[in-house]
Amino acid sequence: MKTFTRVRKPHATHPAQEPRNATRPADTSPEQRRAAMARRIEVSDLDIYYGDFLAVRQVSMEIKANEVTALIGPSGCGKSTFLRSLNRMHEVIPGARVEGRIVMDGQDLYAPHVDPVAVRRQVGMVFQRPNPFPTMSIYENVLAGMRLNARRLSKSDADAIVERSLRGANLWEEVKHRLDKPGAGLSGGQQQRLCIARAIAVEPAVLLMDEPCSALDPISTAAIEDLIQELKTDYTIVIVTHNMHQAARVSQETAFFNLEGVGLPGQLVEMSSTKKIFSNPDNAATEAYVSGRFG
Amino acid sequence: MTDQLTTTESPSLDSEPPVQLTVPLSHPRLPRWAPLAALAFSVAAAGVLGILLGWGLVAIASFATVLNVVAITGWSRAVENARAAKDRLMTALVWTSFAIALVPLLSLTWTVLAKGLPQLTGEFFTGTMRNVIGEGGGIQHAIVGTLLITLGAAVISVPVGLMTAVYLVEYGGDSRLARWLTFLVDVMTGIPSIVAGLFAYALFQLIFGPGIRMGFGGSIALSLLMIPVVVRSCEEMLRLVPADLREASYALGVPKWRTILRVVIPTSLAGIVTGVTLAVARVAGETAPLLIIAGKTDSVSWNLFSDAPMMTLPVFTYYSYTQPGIPASFGQERAWGAALVLILIVMALNLLARYVGARFSPKKAR
Repeated sequence: MKTFTRVRKPHATHPAQEPRNATRPADTSPEQRRAAMARRIEVSDLDIYYGDFLAVRQVSMEIKANEVTALIGPSGCGKSTFLRSLNRMHEVIPGARVEGRIVMDGQDLYAPHVDPVAVRRQVGMVFQRPNPFPTMSIYENVLAGMRLNARRLSKSDADAIVERSLRGANLWEEVKHRLDKPGAGLSGGQQQRLCIARAIAVEPAVLLMDEPCSALDPISTAAIEDLIQELKTDYTIVIVTHNMHQAARVSQETAFFNLEGVGLPGQLVEMSSTKKIFSNPDNAATEAYVSGRFG
Repeated sequence: MTDQLTTTESPSLDSEPPVQLTVPLSHPRLPRWAPLAALAFSVAAAGVLGILLGWGLVAIASFATVLNVVAITGWSRAVENARAAKDRLMTALVWTSFAIALVPLLSLTWTVLAKGLPQLTGEFFTGTMRNVIGEGGGIQHAIVGTLLITLGAAVISVPVGLMTAVYLVEYGGDSRLARWLTFLVDVMTGIPSIVAGLFAYALFQLIFGPGIRMGFGGSIALSLLMIPVVVRSCEEMLRLVPADLREASYALGVPKWRTILRVVIPTSLAGIVTGVTLAVARVAGETAPLLIIAGKTDSVSWNLFSDAPMMTLPVFTYYSYTQPGIPASFGQERAWGAALVLILIVMALNLLARYVGARFSPKKAR
């Protein structure tokens, strides 16, 4: 797990960057590209609805670039809903909608003419349950983001992207001899890392993780947590977790969500540095939750 | 096998029951060959009794069946316990139902094979009925007609059916249009095939004038019967694709239409292909609509769109059997031959569906 090599640098000279250049003509120098990689997100007065039901109320927060932000809170408090609104996955559910502003680098993600597909190319997502495409091999799964978008890749570029992404997800050594095998044949932890490799293969600016370790054993969890630490040098990461220890281990910022009662909307109670949340939170409910004296 | 494992602590009625420390976890079991033995006994008993009393074969078989069910249940009740006896009873009933269901299938297969197999000569496949009276002749024109008309029906039905299913599953949701579509598809499922034929005939008569016979009309009529089946099976298969996969694809920045085309349909392709093939197999044997719109002829017609009748296997079988000519035996033999060929075609389609289904199904672990 410790043999992670940072193949992604230097960016401009890597052949795998070609297709990316084509989609982002504005990025020229490595410095600019580097700056463009991870982004900060500003959320203001966000209300999230399922039909008429207000699920999350009045969230305002700042998600810092190149940091891991953990979202914690009891079940049903809207953490996952909030996370899914960050890359407009929320509206995939019929009747779901969002009011408020989510601004990433000066662009409001919910402005009228914003294409949700373009947003999702910038903000990748890893789900709770590993979901590799069952019809595809490991190799094809990693390239799914390109292949499904019918982007043309030379064989060498494709190989480079697969190796870089799998190395990035700490999976390369385990699967390099069986890239043509189906992705569904891997263990749960390996499948989850495959999904992470798939998400980072398209080089998003932000990576959202919705309880990525909840279906995994402690060893796979440790592997993913190591990976999150390594990924934050290149990405802004937002992670939802039920595991307070995990939040304390991997994140720099922590946001605590809570809901006042059944049927009431969830809301952001407190957001601060992880150290402060876990040692000296401002809010009594936060303290009760992180110390396990909740409810 | 578990006989030795019975507990020694069995409560007896007359002695003072000791405090039972262990609940027995095993009970006597019938040997593995018990069902077979019961069956053999029942058949033998029913046979002997039937021969002595002069029964027919059906009576003997029925009596043996009943006796078998009673025998295995009673034996189990005597040796094992009540629950095991119920299990034996239900098992025997299920096997009996299975055997009863198999009887017509075997009988049909046997009859068609016995009567049709001698007809399958080279001439039967390459010849037509043009200028044939009495012996000889072939069914090439009917095979060509059936294949072409069914192909035409599939070419019309598969895109329409698949796209309807995609709309219903991916876009329609709970909208009024989707509900109406579902309702109309259900109504279409119930259309009698003769009505489909009359519809095609009425339609083509408006365009080409009365008395029209056309192979493509047959395709239209069959597609009317096929579309609802295709829609239903594709809809089922598309709904089986987990929402996880769609979300995974969306999260990679893949537009919805590409997700449907590259993730949803490939994942369910095996089921879709199987459903479509079964729908094709189902309409390939339709007779009534083809009698009306495709008509009958004695020569090969390769053109679906020509203003001329086109022979098909079911129609050929029908006419060969009902109007066999003189002497009647040759026509009726050809009818059995054509029926066998039709069954073989449908069976080949089914096998193809299984092969394709296995080929395209999502790759399993290892």
